[in-house]
Amino acid sequence: MPQFLGDVHRLARSFPPCTHVLNACVDRYHFTVALAAALLSGRTSLLPSSQAPDMMRQLGAFAADVICLTDEPERGHGLRCMAYPREGVDACADSTTSFCATNRMALIDEGQLLAYVFTSGSTGAPLPYRKSFGRLVACVREQARRLGFAGAHRWAILATVPPQHMYGLEASVLLPLANGHALCAERPFYPADVAAALERVPRPRALISTPVHLRALLASGVALPPVDLVLSSTAPLPQQLAAEIEGRFDARLLEIYGSTETGQIALRRPTQTAEWCLYPGVSLEPEGEASWASGGHIEQRTRLQDVLEMTGKDRFLLHGRATDLVNIAGKRSSLAYLNYQLNSIPGVEDGAFFHVEESPQRSHTGIERVAACVVAPSLDATRLLMALRQRIDAVFLPRPLVFVAQLPRNGTGKLPLTTLRSLAARAKSAATG
Amino acid sequence: MSDKAASKRQLSAPANADTLIAEVARLIVQALNLELAPAEIAPDQPLYGEGLGLDSIDILEIALVVSKHYGVQLRADSEENGRIFGSLRQLVDYITAHRTK
Repeated sequence: MPQFLGDVHRLARSFPPCTHVLNACVDRYHFTVALAAALLSGRTSLLPSSQAPDMMRQLGAFAADVICLTDEPERGHGLRCMAYPREGVDACADSTTSFCATNRMALIDEGQLLAYVFTSGSTGAPLPYRKSFGRLVACVREQARRLGFAGAHRWAILATVPPQHMYGLEASVLLPLANGHALCAERPFYPADVAAALERVPRPRALISTPVHLRALLASGVALPPVDLVLSSTAPLPQQLAAEIEGRFDARLLEIYGSTETGQIALRRPTQTAEWCLYPGVSLEPEGEASWASGGHIEQRTRLQDVLEMTGKDRFLLHGRATDLVNIAGKRSSLAYLNYQLNSIPGVEDGAFFHVEESPQRSHTGIERVAACVVAPSLDATRLLMALRQRIDAVFLPRPLVFVAQLPRNGTGKLPLTTLRSLAARAKSAATG
Repeated sequence: MSDKAASKRQLSAPANADTLIAEVARLIVQALNLELAPAEIAPDQPLYGEGLGLDSIDILEIALVVSKHYGVQLRADSEENGRIFGSLRQLVDYITAHRTK
């Protein structure tokens, strides 16, 4: 613990002049030290939703004095960079780090801005959302109560999610920090690595993950060590899968519902109920294909693109996503945003992303991609994809990508989904013969 | 083992490698629902990022397929600086060296 505080104070003193820090640290301990160092020195952290070059450039435009703090300095981010210090500072980088509040800890005003998180709007520029320290702490303290982390035991919390995303920021960084639990620096990827990392930490231990990784763990055949809690978010888990996870890990599985804009706002245990239970003070107003969320720890009234049905004062059911919303492996975007990016590429005359049909033969990871039809006579797939990579996160790259002479727009300029899908199907069978 | 058997094994090794390359290419195309024929994956072209343009979700999917078919559990520290997914050939070499099925 003195190590953590020492690292934080050392880093806080070594920032060059700047008021914003883009925290691109991959190691969770480095990330947390950097976040705390920025907070303590009155700086605001910027947390990018993707590392696409255009996004990084736009964040540079958002805050002209921004310094990008990275523990992978060899990766060029196109911004003024600062390397996370190596010598002496991270002796425990690979092990569990404990942190708990003492009277040596500085007091932070609850109104102080911890960070801006960013989402993709329907136009090109990323949209900033303020996250103030006090509201975040209140939120993760409630989370701790609901997860059963508010007692005397010190939990070890291991996550497969990045600390920059809202879910990871709350569950794998702030939750341990604000409640006296241990966070794990590593972010295991392969199922064998996740199992090994879990074995290494003491109990009680929790796994913070997503449907993609949880499915992979079950499908891998790796022996799963017992844990004391599994937490999932970014997309709803089917009840059957939830039951299998509880059985294999011998633990409760809880799910979080939330968004980048609002943070987490509801919780449920899917093996017991389909209903979500809202956090204190939060209210939802369904409106057509969307819902407005406000109150509690939410910073501002926010439109959520999910179809929700209230079943009680603080309970609701999730019926499905709005057709414009895209959620791939927990990363969210919208067809409007993706179309904007596609059509801004020089050489693209017309283009449209769309959801492919749910295939009967689901992959192990259960991922559904987005496809795109495009009119771009002067471009080939390679150049188009390269241009897209500059603008959007790689998970949203279209599969398939279909070149056509003309988009099948109907009389009113709309693109019927069925026509787009049959175009894609024809292209696929032509390619694979 | 007799000399004859040993040299017989040596002669058949290149043919087996090609078969395995074709087999793994087929598994990748199927598992990822890619819109190209297995033979179109050039054995030395990068798989991740540029080249075939796979992302980390695809890597996870391939890792699962590889563990199911060949009994190999991929680990981050076994990746040797990303060489396993550097190309189809490198992936196949790794499978050949570690397969248990």
